[in-house]
Amino acid sequence: MIAIVNYGSGNIRAIGNIFDRCNIAYKVVEKREGFSSEITKLILPGVGAFDETMGMLKESGFIEPLNELVLIKKLPILGICVGMQIMSNHSEEGVLDGLGWIPGSVKKFDKEFIPYDTKLPHLGWNSINLTRESAIAKNLDLDIGFYFVHSYYYDCIDEKDVLAFSSYGLKFASAINRENIYGMQFHPEKSHQNGTKLLLNFAKL
Amino acid sequence: MLRPRIIPCLLIHNKGLYKTVNFKNHKYVGDPLNAVKIFNEKEVDELFVLDIDATVEQRSPDFSLIENLAAECRMPFCYGGGVTSVEQAKKIIELGAEKVAISSSVVDNLSFVKDLSVSIGSQSVVVVLDVKKKQGLFKKGHEIFTHNGQKKAKVDLLSLVESLNQLNIGELVINSIDNDGKMNGYDMDLAEKIRSHIDVPLTILGGAGSIRDIELLISKFEIIGASAGSLFVFKGKYRAVLINYPTREEKEKLLLS
Repeated sequence: MIAIVNYGSGNIRAIGNIFDRCNIAYKVVEKREGFSSEITKLILPGVGAFDETMGMLKESGFIEPLNELVLIKKLPILGICVGMQIMSNHSEEGVLDGLGWIPGSVKKFDKEFIPYDTKLPHLGWNSINLTRESAIAKNLDLDIGFYFVHSYYYDCIDEKDVLAFSSYGLKFASAINRENIYGMQFHPEKSHQNGTKLLLNFAKL
Repeated sequence: MLRPRIIPCLLIHNKGLYKTVNFKNHKYVGDPLNAVKIFNEKEVDELFVLDIDATVEQRSPDFSLIENLAAECRMPFCYGGGVTSVEQAKKIIELGAEKVAISSSVVDNLSFVKDLSVSIGSQSVVVVLDVKKKQGLFKKGHEIFTHNGQKKAKVDLLSLVESLNQLNIGELVINSIDNDGKMNGYDMDLAEKIRSHIDVPLTILGGAGSIRDIELLISKFEIIGASAGSLFVFKGKYRAVLINYPTREEKEKLLLS
């Protein structure tokens, strides 16, 4: 069963609604004790600032069980937006350490390189380009892409961890993946058919 | 490639969906949830839903309506109307909206934006300013109104816009009361003036009567939000109610122009 991790950040409802429509079983984990043995996959949503998100995760007591399920039991996990960014070592947005699951740091877009009058946040529908084939990215319309809203991006140390990139002044990692760990900078839960397909692909992994 | 956003804006009045002209002459358009379902099928970029009664009636947002709308929306959903506290905004996000729009509460109190940004994240804070051309022979520029265009705000438009830009809000929506429901095109001068004062995302609302109007806005400003009410709920010169939205092919053509 898929567990949507609810530590107080992110649009839990929108993700659940998609699974409801597609008849996919899931549970929302709100307490440490909720990480039961029936869980086979995890979704880590996130909205807002890095430190606030890490702080809430810490306060919930979720970091230890998550580390065990992700790093030892190797359950597939999908981080969304800030839920992806906290998989890094640190972020320019805050002072707290990230989870450190995929080596890298989170940086702010440099306004100088953004070729539009609108600078930040990077907001709207943008295309993605896959760096390799992946089961989670099957049958997506890459050109239409996904809905983004963020001012910071994940800078991977190892380029091999970048699953897809997009352009906003510079090429940045719009999806990352290392082994069982996946992160999406965009919002699949708000990206129409592409988003539904991606969440279903994840459910089938 | 990042695309400009084309955003239907729906108005809630007496629990139904209505469309106005110059913020008056409310015409019933249908059921909000049904409209959302159709907009899902049409894969709209985003959706704004504004409750135009809440502030005037001095009541809090209708949370059960928001919950129902958010559950239905497969696109990013922005709710506005009657939001006066951080707690209300938080609840709206928890119910599944992406963004919360505020208007009169920011005109009264700029620090409300700061408080909201801290609690729901600045990317989720949308400020909607309803503006009207200054009346009088020698007067230039626009002024801000609240309470459905009934109450003139004391604060100067451009200085408020600059302050909002400093606060890194997620998006600024400029809604022209003069052009509302007229379907004669956007106020391009107003859009240009606002654009030159800010670098946060800008959305223009009020006046779009055809895809061509959207095309003009996009070809001039490139990355901008083009929002419309009448255009996406009416068809033809007799304003027959028909929910519509450009197809993917039509949108691609818009971007090439």
